[in-house]
Amino acid sequence: MAGPEFEVPTLTEYTDVPKIKPGAMAHVKSFVAPQGPQDFLGYPFKLGEDWKERAIDKMGDLLGKYRSLRVFMDACVHCGACTDKCHYFLGTADPNNMPVARQELMRKVYRRYFTLPGKIAPWLVGAADLTEDVLNQWYNYYHQCSECRRCSVYCPYGIDTAEVTMAGREILNHVGMGQKYSNEILVKVQKIGNNLGLPGPALEDTLLGLEEDMEADTGVPVKMPLDVAGAEILLVTPSADFFSEPHVDSLIGYAKVFHAAGASWTLSSKASEAGNFGLFSGNYETMRKVAMRIRDAALELGVKRIIVGECGHAWRVAYSFWNTLTGIGFDGKDPFSIELQQQLDPRYPQPMHICEYTWDLIQKGVLKFDKSLNDDRVITYHDSCNVSRGSRMGDEPGGQFEIPRNIIKAVANNFHDMAGETIREGTFCCGGGGGLLTDDLIEVRVKGALPRMNAYNNVVQKDKVNFLALICAICKAQFTKVLPYYGFDRGSVGGVHQLVSTAIKLD
Amino acid sequence: MATVNIAGKDVELDEEGFLTNLADWNRDVAEYMAKEEKVDMTESHWEVIDFLREYYDEYQIAPAIRVLTKAIGKKLGPDKGNNKYLYELFPYGPAKQACKIGGLPKPTGCI
Repeated sequence: MAGPEFEVPTLTEYTDVPKIKPGAMAHVKSFVAPQGPQDFLGYPFKLGEDWKERAIDKMGDLLGKYRSLRVFMDACVHCGACTDKCHYFLGTADPNNMPVARQELMRKVYRRYFTLPGKIAPWLVGAADLTEDVLNQWYNYYHQCSECRRCSVYCPYGIDTAEVTMAGREILNHVGMGQKYSNEILVKVQKIGNNLGLPGPALEDTLLGLEEDMEADTGVPVKMPLDVAGAEILLVTPSADFFSEPHVDSLIGYAKVFHAAGASWTLSSKASEAGNFGLFSGNYETMRKVAMRIRDAALELGVKRIIVGECGHAWRVAYSFWNTLTGIGFDGKDPFSIELQQQLDPRYPQPMHICEYTWDLIQKGVLKFDKSLNDDRVITYHDSCNVSRGSRMGDEPGGQFEIPRNIIKAVANNFHDMAGETIREGTFCCGGGGGLLTDDLIEVRVKGALPRMNAYNNVVQKDKVNFLALICAICKAQFTKVLPYYGFDRGSVGGVHQLVSTAIKLD
Repeated sequence: MATVNIAGKDVELDEEGFLTNLADWNRDVAEYMAKEEKVDMTESHWEVIDFLREYYDEYQIAPAIRVLTKAIGKKLGPDKGNNKYLYELFPYGPAKQACKIGGLPKPTGCI
């Protein structure tokens, strides 16, 4: 775990487009999933003799199921608008990390097996056979894409690179090359209830300890209820919030907000995870199974509202996909979808983001703050990809950008945004999203963080910023690990609700 | 996967150097892992490892960071009951590095 040796990029005022270095990242290969998780998820665990047929069949299946994928395969005109938009290309200079080139790894195979010119004259149309070398390249480079979709913002055809990456990973799963990190987590969340593998008794013990800490700190008995049937609100949050620093400080922030609002709320040991790594390989069935735990918990506890904590991709799944995965959009005749629909309170958005909830209470004057308690912090805000580009928040367009910033400004006095082209819909990924937050990809993660680190460094220099606030568990863990590589203190990252927690007045 | 001989006993490790069979753990294994991680084991390290193992025995998971810092703080004083102290002992991160040396499974997720 001491980790591989590699050169950490140097911070510069602007993130320059690097001179390409072919093959610079060809050596990086995430660990392949062993038999255990592959069996559980219904995939083989090694390449069989028929791997090629399986791969082509799966590709055909996905092309048939997802019209979008076929359009993305056909529509690219190689204009190059995406080339310098990817943080992994900017940080590694490997030309295969240009989004167009990463997609071309699949597109050339698509042309060979699924288009007429590619079948009869492959050399004329840049079509190529699927070989083991190509498959290995897929594995390497589809795990150097965090599915952040920044390139898609600049694509004149709106090609969603993330969807190509997801398809690539799903085909790899089907031939026995799953990724260890993501697939082990998908097993734990289904077997134990969360990505960490935190069993119910450990969760209960952890929450009791946090209640003691909060009372010792504030003198107020703030609670963290677990499995309370009949509570009004079910909070689902990433399990890292129970386990890690700085995540836990946001969990404490949510609890204080609920306390100050006098809300009836609960966590669930069954749905003790908001995250849904099924998104990362785009496997609908897996994504549905993982999402279903939350529906089951909501039905069992009889809650009226579902609120989602600080987790980027969880919010995308909740906001954009829950309806068709587990809600009334999944099957209008499904009795459980109907029951949940009737049970939930129609006066509120379902699901609701914790930031929407807090901001609403701030606007109503329910929460009181002493902003000076955050005066030792000079804060900037990092927009997380899946919140920025994969979902929304609140009633207004762009609410996902404004609401977290509004909360920060309501609880702290010192706020400065980073450069315009690096935030909001143009935000740079932290470098660890989409299933890449694993030690075996540390080189990709450190190098991929370069554009964000440059933008952060600029506000550190100019505005004396010392705190990077955000609302995603992956971003929190990634920056905690990566900031020291660039000379920053790992403690200078934390959640928006950590700032809320510091300033909120309780009685 | 690799099998290494530690103090006369064959021990199987996964790609990341974690124990495949948790029952293989003993103090020699811990010393071996620590050496691989470039961590010099002192009494302070052992205090953390011992607590991790006790907690794991009861809950089948490593303790959350707050649980750990609180336990260390109670035992060794408030100046040591914090994340910074744990990072001084286990520079790669207390959660993963201490679990490895202590023979616990690697914690996974967004951590």
